[in-house]
Amino acid sequence: MCLGIPGEIVEILSDRPDLAMVDVSGVQRAINIGLLEEESLAPGDWILIHVGFALSKIDEVEARAALDFLESIGEAYEDEIAALRESMIEQG
Amino acid sequence: MRFVDEYRDAEKARTLAAQIAALCEPGRAYKFMEVCGGHTHTIYKHGLEDYLPEAVTLVHGPGCPVCVIPMGRVDDAVHIAEQPDVIMTSFGDMMRVPGGNGSFLDAKARGADIRMVYSPLDALKIARENPARRVVFMAIGFETTAPSTAMTVLRAAAEGIDNFSVFCNHVTIIPAIKAILDSPDLRLDGFVGPGHVSAVIGCRPYGFIARDYGKPLVVAGFEPLDVLHTVYRLLLQLAGGRAEVENQYARVVPWEGNPKALGVINQVMELRPYFEWRGLGFISHSALRMGERYAAFDAERIFRIPGGRVADPKACQCGEVLKGVLKPWECKVFGTACTPETPIGTCMVSSEGACAAYYNFGRFSRERVKEATRR
Repeated sequence: MCLGIPGEIVEILSDRPDLAMVDVSGVQRAINIGLLEEESLAPGDWILIHVGFALSKIDEVEARAALDFLESIGEAYEDEIAALRESMIEQG
Repeated sequence: MRFVDEYRDAEKARTLAAQIAALCEPGRAYKFMEVCGGHTHTIYKHGLEDYLPEAVTLVHGPGCPVCVIPMGRVDDAVHIAEQPDVIMTSFGDMMRVPGGNGSFLDAKARGADIRMVYSPLDALKIARENPARRVVFMAIGFETTAPSTAMTVLRAAAEGIDNFSVFCNHVTIIPAIKAILDSPDLRLDGFVGPGHVSAVIGCRPYGFIARDYGKPLVVAGFEPLDVLHTVYRLLLQLAGGRAEVENQYARVVPWEGNPKALGVINQVMELRPYFEWRGLGFISHSALRMGERYAAFDAERIFRIPGGRVADPKACQCGEVLKGVLKPWECKVFGTACTPETPIGTCMVSSEGACAAYYNFGRFSRERVKEATRR
């Protein structure tokens, strides 16, 4: 129940601004977007859907940043961790 | 699907696992609690424990909405469902949860009209289409689902649908975490913070965990790399002598949460003075009920509920599992008398319950190997 599903907004209904047609894994269904009324959603935006409601707008910049971090984690952080470990040993 | 496959990259997981191992101080054991049942599900489904070094243990917490519902509340719900003209609705997870007087499925077999819905809006639709019936939505869940229930009640009020009501069992996460921190049973090194609850409440409410208890909490996403990245960030904090609230799941969780969602919860619901949690007992200010303004939609006021307390079956150790004191397989009835088909306790019912997740996915993980070697 708490997992939620990501979906892409296809259309915001003109007669019901709290409803949007959302593509969820290739299936379109109406999703209530009333909890995100301050986000000025538009087609192409990705949202996290939870029991029929959009709970959060998925921030692509943040998603990309976290992935970039995971990409770099193999190299750049190794030196830092080594340094950190050494400082811990000195304290001990 | 966007940002799902990327967060399931096995090679990145292995790299991350190596970094996690490198951060562990030799000779030290780490215990992190994943508060949310969604994380428990991810951990077992993807076998994440096998990626972690022996020194790191993930302990499952109380964040499974179905699991924490006490038996007495199930009996109350069955009582409502068996009143004349009632259509009871709830999420599929609720159907098998055993009460003292059986589950929803048992009541359905006795003739009650109980229907599974995906969304509270589906329950409202049933009410709209059945004006001669009294449609009750059994609302369960943490702050993740509470705004949806509140929005549905506001919609019912706006449309004047007066045959719809809510049996409100929404709970709040912060008092449960505090109860666990104050419990003497468990020593934890940090928390994998709930993802979607935090999309609503934001990251600030966790501040006391770092400030008053000196433990780090990292709000985490639900993909395998999210969880591993979170463990990495927890260890990095501990290695640096820090205890802070961090947000690994910034793609979904804004630091301030969703003010509109919090607003509708406060508009429609109010805090109960106390509420009984399965396993954790009575916790003050830990649950929501319908507020005075929306009393007309409050099933607790419309139907006289028995409100009795029912002790859990003696064999069931869900309470210990929910507090993280026992691993699912350490329960005496796990996988024998208690299975997803014939559950004795709630943790075996919901897919977010630690026992069900472990039964379905985790049986060949390292815990199982340890269990087998111990026998």
